[in-house]
Amino acid sequence: MDGDGYLEWMRSEGRIVIVGASLAGLRAAETLREEGFTGSLTLIGDEPHEPYDRPPLSKQVLLGTASADRTLLPRRWAIDATWRLGVAATGLDMAAKRVRLADGDEVGYDRLLIATGVHARPWPHETEADLDGVFVLRTRDDAARLQRRLTSARRVLVIGAGFTGSEIASACRERGLPVTVVERAAAPLVGALGGVVGQVAAELQREHGVDLRCGLMVTGLEGDSAGRLRCAHLSDGTTVEADVALVSLGATRNTAWLAGSGLGAGPRGIACDAGCRAFDVRGIVTDDVFVAGDVARSPHALFGYQFLSLEHWGNAVAQAEVAAHNMISSSSERRPHLWVPAFWSSQFGVSIKSVGVPSLGEEILIAQGALAERRFTGVYGYQGRVIAAVTFDQTKWLEFYQRLIEGAAPFPPAFPMVDHRAEGLRPVPADFPDPSLPTHGPSVTLSGYSPTDRRVAFTPGRA
Amino acid sequence: MRLVVDLNRCQGYAQCAFLAPDVFAMHGDEALLYNPHADDAQREHVVRAAAACPVQAILVEDMGDATAPVREGLSGGR
Repeated sequence: MDGDGYLEWMRSEGRIVIVGASLAGLRAAETLREEGFTGSLTLIGDEPHEPYDRPPLSKQVLLGTASADRTLLPRRWAIDATWRLGVAATGLDMAAKRVRLADGDEVGYDRLLIATGVHARPWPHETEADLDGVFVLRTRDDAARLQRRLTSARRVLVIGAGFTGSEIASACRERGLPVTVVERAAAPLVGALGGVVGQVAAELQREHGVDLRCGLMVTGLEGDSAGRLRCAHLSDGTTVEADVALVSLGATRNTAWLAGSGLGAGPRGIACDAGCRAFDVRGIVTDDVFVAGDVARSPHALFGYQFLSLEHWGNAVAQAEVAAHNMISSSSERRPHLWVPAFWSSQFGVSIKSVGVPSLGEEILIAQGALAERRFTGVYGYQGRVIAAVTFDQTKWLEFYQRLIEGAAPFPPAFPMVDHRAEGLRPVPADFPDPSLPTHGPSVTLSGYSPTDRRVAFTPGRA
Repeated sequence: MRLVVDLNRCQGYAQCAFLAPDVFAMHGDEALLYNPHADDAQREHVVRAAAACPVQAILVEDMGDATAPVREGLSGGR
């Protein structure tokens, strides 16, 4: 069958399988139907639920103003799909074009979209992770369990002050719960926004009564005789008593099921081209396997063609739409995924938003507002151009900076800004951790004096 | 009634919080919190809020004809 004939047949009678039934999977399915795909469509999801929205889980749901089982995503289009929910994909045979399922079933495809997302990185010590009171938050079942437990919690320990951990700490404080946050970096949100903005986040947490401990790691969780969490040991030798611990140490990409498939998939995601086509391990782009959402890693022209892997809500939607379009289009009609990264968070009553890639930033300039007022716009510069911006309660300015990023405008920007302050006259180092240095290497301590009783205590690093 | 707000798009104009206060609420000056599964009794308010949103960030399921502009608004994404 020639190319055009195949595409016509694909669009009318082909079989499309989408692995991953969350935001990206759903929006891709809708786009396929919207663009006229009339063949068979199968959505496979390891969770037993219809696609639901995750951002409310760490906010409204923990506050009790929305219910964990009622965040189902609205549908934009009837998708007339076969749903295989509650059954995980366990393998992929690219030659035979089949997806293996956990129940032993196999599903054949003509085009495959992988949108399996990420899972919360669990506490590395299994026995400790199993203690009653130790939680992660990624799924709606996680949120329901945590929300129930918070009603009787005495002190909550949040391990890791990224966005999820910070939002959880915020919700707990709002519920009046004592909260201790332990973060191994110098401040919360440092990995995403750098040290200058991280310092503001630290002050926000402390002002809201969070017992924030930075530059420390949790070295162990200890339970009582009944297996309930009792306390946590920190790397400075102190102990925090807590009956609930929330492990928020980031996420791991769901690619284990692709091991041995020949696809270029690993813990950092699945590499794909800007058109969302997956690479195989030889570095050859596939014609029939596409990737979208948190699990994808794709080159972005605006950011030096770096392969970006974005755990952003908006990226999942935009990439799913591009992938779906390209799955049923000829090569000349394909579109690149050139979405400018953007994300939001709300915590401690502040709306935090960002565009671009702040972590590429070498310097930051507070272009509008003031850090001390918790209302400001920070602009990040990289090699003399604007690469990202962040706002704290100044959303309305963000779009302007997005245009600067898209236009590779010079940094520092030369405009006279509204509400520009003296402190924002000069860029300062953005203070991101050096990516070439491990932030979580082993802790080694020496004890004893004489050569014969010198002891080395080695606490392994935790990824 | 299912709904979702594209919070990348939302700029905190708070029109929705005035028009459907039982579903949308401002949390601080600019952060919006909403109930993703509003009671059907709220439908009229929610539809009005979605229509009034200056940045068209609210997507409501089963809005009939009214879904068209909202859908367009969302699919642009950013």
